[in-house]
Amino acid sequence: MLIELPCPIPYVPFMNHDNYPNDYIRGILNSVKTIALVGASQNPARPSWIVTKYLLERGYDVIPINPGLAGTELLGKTVYASLKDVPVPIDMVEVFRNSEAAGPIADEALSLDPLPKVLWMQLSVRNDEAAAKAEAKGLQVVMDRCPKIEFGRLSGEISWQGVNSRMISAKKPVLSGKGFQKLSLNRP
Amino acid sequence: MSDRLPGFNTLAIHAGAAPDAATGARATPIYQTTSFVFDDVDHAASLFGLQAFGNIYSRIGNPTCAVLEERVAALEGGTAALAVASGHAAEFLTFHTLLQPGDEFIAAKKLYGGSINQFNHAYKNFGWNVVWADSDDPSSFEAAITPKTKAIFVESIANPGGVIVDLKAIAAIAKKHRIPFIVDNTMASPYLIRPFEHGADIIVHSATKFLGGHGNSVGGVIVDGGTFNFAGDDRYPMLSKPRPEYAGMVLGETFGNFGFAIACRVLGLRDLGPALSPFNAFLILNGIETLPLRMQRHSDNALAVAEHLQGHSKISWVSYPGLRSDRYHNLAQEYCPKGAGAVFTFGLKGGYEAGVKLVSNLKLFSHLANIGDTRSLVIHPASTTHRQLTDEQKTQAGAGPEVVRLSIGLEDTQDLIDDLNQALDAA
Repeated sequence: MLIELPCPIPYVPFMNHDNYPNDYIRGILNSVKTIALVGASQNPARPSWIVTKYLLERGYDVIPINPGLAGTELLGKTVYASLKDVPVPIDMVEVFRNSEAAGPIADEALSLDPLPKVLWMQLSVRNDEAAAKAEAKGLQVVMDRCPKIEFGRLSGEISWQGVNSRMISAKKPVLSGKGFQKLSLNRP
Repeated sequence: MSDRLPGFNTLAIHAGAAPDAATGARATPIYQTTSFVFDDVDHAASLFGLQAFGNIYSRIGNPTCAVLEERVAALEGGTAALAVASGHAAEFLTFHTLLQPGDEFIAAKKLYGGSINQFNHAYKNFGWNVVWADSDDPSSFEAAITPKTKAIFVESIANPGGVIVDLKAIAAIAKKHRIPFIVDNTMASPYLIRPFEHGADIIVHSATKFLGGHGNSVGGVIVDGGTFNFAGDDRYPMLSKPRPEYAGMVLGETFGNFGFAIACRVLGLRDLGPALSPFNAFLILNGIETLPLRMQRHSDNALAVAEHLQGHSKISWVSYPGLRSDRYHNLAQEYCPKGAGAVFTFGLKGGYEAGVKLVSNLKLFSHLANIGDTRSLVIHPASTTHRQLTDEQKTQAGAGPEVVRLSIGLEDTQDLIDDLNQALDAA
């Protein structure tokens, strides 16, 4: 088993946003399917484009949000102007904008019906007020983290790049079934 | 609430090394292959574009080398690491990532002689200019800073042994002037000193020495502490500017707090090529599994031998910070309370001739130019590594005619003392 403090309750209502238990992040990435990515980019050199592509390749239904690109296709997916334009329920809103912009984006996310389950702010993005509002409505919140890095870390893929995953295990990692170089989050 | 990190001994064995995903092999397999098949064309494009984690070609990355990288990153408490062909390659790729032609860096005068040569001569071809400072006087680093200064470099325990550097004092100067602080932690290993805890931003290793520990493989490691924010810092264009090699990607932004390690890999290792052999990575990994046990034994043995030599009638001085009387003893107590390492020097009353005789008479100590082996090693610098220098230069370098350097191994202490006694009697 993975050496980490057990997190017996998968849902922790008021999270310490400096450190997240691995189980908390893994629980989110294992349960969400539809991810609305606010701040999507058409530029393949931009982190938001890279994360969109990576998450699509891992089986997530990523819906790009960018008013400037609304109606166009990005990596085969239709881009919407705003969260409220998305015609399907959203499991997770991923904020790829700055910390200030995260406030109104969170407000819009919290006006959706049904509500998203997760509000995730990208690496370097942190808005504690928005987080508190989202948590008060029962959402799980992650701030200042990259879902690609977290997926890579928890699956073990990131170790191929010499990155310290801060995980050790005596169990075999699990291939995702989508090729030899893609690992699953479902490590034993 | 955060996940508890395993202890140092556990990390030395397990970090980076889950069972093999394909076969379940428990020991880390030696992936002795140049290249890796892609899942499909799109996967290949993602890997080349740095959009996915994975393996392409062993000059850029290799699964066996990657285990070594994560292992050392974990032991040092860094965010990521890069394994390379030698300690010199680790220094070279580190500076290549930080410096442009015309830039300067400040280095401690007391360093491994090979590093002094690399900085003084080889780097001149790249327009990288070393400025020397005195690690016994941290203010000399601050005095040497100019607008062109891009890095500060020291060894935590400095060659040829017996010098402990006040890392916190130099780190404070580096931080004040927003300059990355690079520490070569070869002589200490993370078991004795963890430089990131004292303000280092980047650590380099000659893994050839104590990490591998058995005198069988040359290798090097660069560790990113994740503490220096390169993104948006125009002084470091390799990390802060769009890279034409990668379609305009900004590495320091895309890879966050492990961007430096990634830049060393994808701009340095990829284009300059000093890759580590997977077989060497395997042997170094095996060495690291016993690093905590070995480093303690190295240090305990070295202290016992140093104490013995200090009382010997043919010896004028012993320079080992583990000795209570040593000028660096207080710093050793602060930075490496578990022990002061394996390597130290001493002076023979009989001078040059006595040094030559001593190395000839020793039967258990091997006369060679390396440190950090299970075997005890000896060298008389004045007649070997430093023989081209004038007597004055030799003395300045801590390699005067009477100086002998030992790297104490893991043998029984009494056997080492007996061998030194018989050789000194005959010297």
